[in-house]
Amino acid sequence: MRSERYIPYLLVLPSVIFLLFLFAWPLVEALLLSIRGSEGWTLEHFQRMAADLYFKDALKYTVLLAVVVVPLQVILALCMAMLLGGISRGRDLFLYVWTIPLGISDLAAGIAWLAIFTERGYLNSFLQALGLIHEPRLWLSYETPAMLFLAVVAAEVWRATAIVFVILVAGLQLIPKEYSEAAEVFGATPWRRFWRVTLPLLMPSLQVALILRTILALEVFAVVVALGGRNLPVLAGEAYFWYNAYQNPGVAAAYSVLILGISVLATLLYLRLMRPRQEVVA
Amino acid sequence: MINRTIYLALAVLIALWVIVPIFLIATLAFSDRASVFAWPKGILPQRFSLETISFFFGVTGVGKAIGNSLIVAGLTLLFAVLLGAPAGYALARYRFAGADAYRILILLTRAFPLAILAIPLAVRFINLGLYDTPLGVALVHTALALPFAVLVTSSLFLGIPKELEEAAWTLGCNRVQAFLKVVLPLALPGLAATAIFAFVISWNEVFAATLLTLRERTLPAFLLTALNDSPLPFRFAGGFFLIVPALVFIFAIRRYLFTLWGIANR
Repeated sequence: MRSERYIPYLLVLPSVIFLLFLFAWPLVEALLLSIRGSEGWTLEHFQRMAADLYFKDALKYTVLLAVVVVPLQVILALCMAMLLGGISRGRDLFLYVWTIPLGISDLAAGIAWLAIFTERGYLNSFLQALGLIHEPRLWLSYETPAMLFLAVVAAEVWRATAIVFVILVAGLQLIPKEYSEAAEVFGATPWRRFWRVTLPLLMPSLQVALILRTILALEVFAVVVALGGRNLPVLAGEAYFWYNAYQNPGVAAAYSVLILGISVLATLLYLRLMRPRQEVVA
Repeated sequence: MINRTIYLALAVLIALWVIVPIFLIATLAFSDRASVFAWPKGILPQRFSLETISFFFGVTGVGKAIGNSLIVAGLTLLFAVLLGAPAGYALARYRFAGADAYRILILLTRAFPLAILAIPLAVRFINLGLYDTPLGVALVHTALALPFAVLVTSSLFLGIPKELEEAAWTLGCNRVQAFLKVVLPLALPGLAATAIFAFVISWNEVFAATLLTLRERTLPAFLLTALNDSPLPFRFAGGFFLIVPALVFIFAIRRYLFTLWGIANR
């Protein structure tokens, strides 16, 4: 077998080369693009980014969206995962329907919710039927940032809760039933069993779900564009506009480096705050 | 018994929350122009019509964009499986120095914002002749799908007993034959699920596709850039057309869903 030692490396090598070409290299390039000007090293791109009219709102809305959307998704997904345990009939059907959004893109989700929130859309029709309004109202304009924000939250929660749900269900399947059964023998109520047994054991899955969803939420882009164009600026959208419309890769790269920076910070925070506490498990 | 009823009611409520927006956009996609602009709208479809859908397919560039999307997603599927499955097999079957480092490398790539890849690559691809080509977009989409492919196929191969392979060796197969005749048939459904998954990742991706193309747009990129100056019927038909594969895709891989995501996120 000694002569076959090279086999695993041979199998892994193509993907390593690919990842170096498509991850390591662009990462270095993005950093260089953001700090290199026409006359050597410069912070000019970052300064232009920070001085841009849209910058403060983009930063604010991106962080705010992550802070609002991610907890909502995790709580809803946790409820769905626990609910699934209480369903006996039609379990497979619910699983299928609940996970449909997994395959729906952010752009498609944005358009679906545009049908609801647009001027002559279903929300206004509904409100009219209730007698609350008589004329169609604009919800997605520049003047109604709060409602536009809510529309994006609705579309994002609708689309991406399924991912969290699947991660948590997969995590629940890994927890041995004996723990919960033992707690039951000792007289723990279902609520106590959830808090003291299930939740702590689910911590690794929760951590994965939180990190993944936060990173993706910080990249929010197409949902926002579909619903409000640039009326609700976000960081990834600004990176897109600076590259595409203004033809300025430097500032676009500065935005992307900022997104990466916030993502890394958030990930480190989760890793620190959610260290598995062994004494709880034991 | 009361509990069961409440559970069921809640489950139905969540299912409705998922289905209603899809139903509404499907309604709009299969209505005529007048119904799309009608005010106020009824929840149920007014008049069934193919006007909106056929208008969408009739718009210049839509056909080409769909073609590009299929090419890019097909290439992504191919690359992700061809690069990912061997690595997954190596992780599942061999203990080798660097395996853990490789796993960490794979997980790290998941933390990269797409903008950090797409912007420098858009700049570089112009020099490399990859800008505005389906191949260029497929490469970036492969970068998104590859980590999944590696982790998922690795768990897939772990689930196939090594003894089967060893039995084939003792019966005179060499390694390659044993893999092709014993492991591959068993792994095929899971590999197909992985492939479908890579396909959908690409079919749905819009940010990189928009930055990396100009004339050779994929469908999402085409839709996104046309959004602001296109009429609502066009947008709704396009949105609906993007959603349809999702329904098929989730149905096709429903058996593998939890393995795919459960393991892929560890």
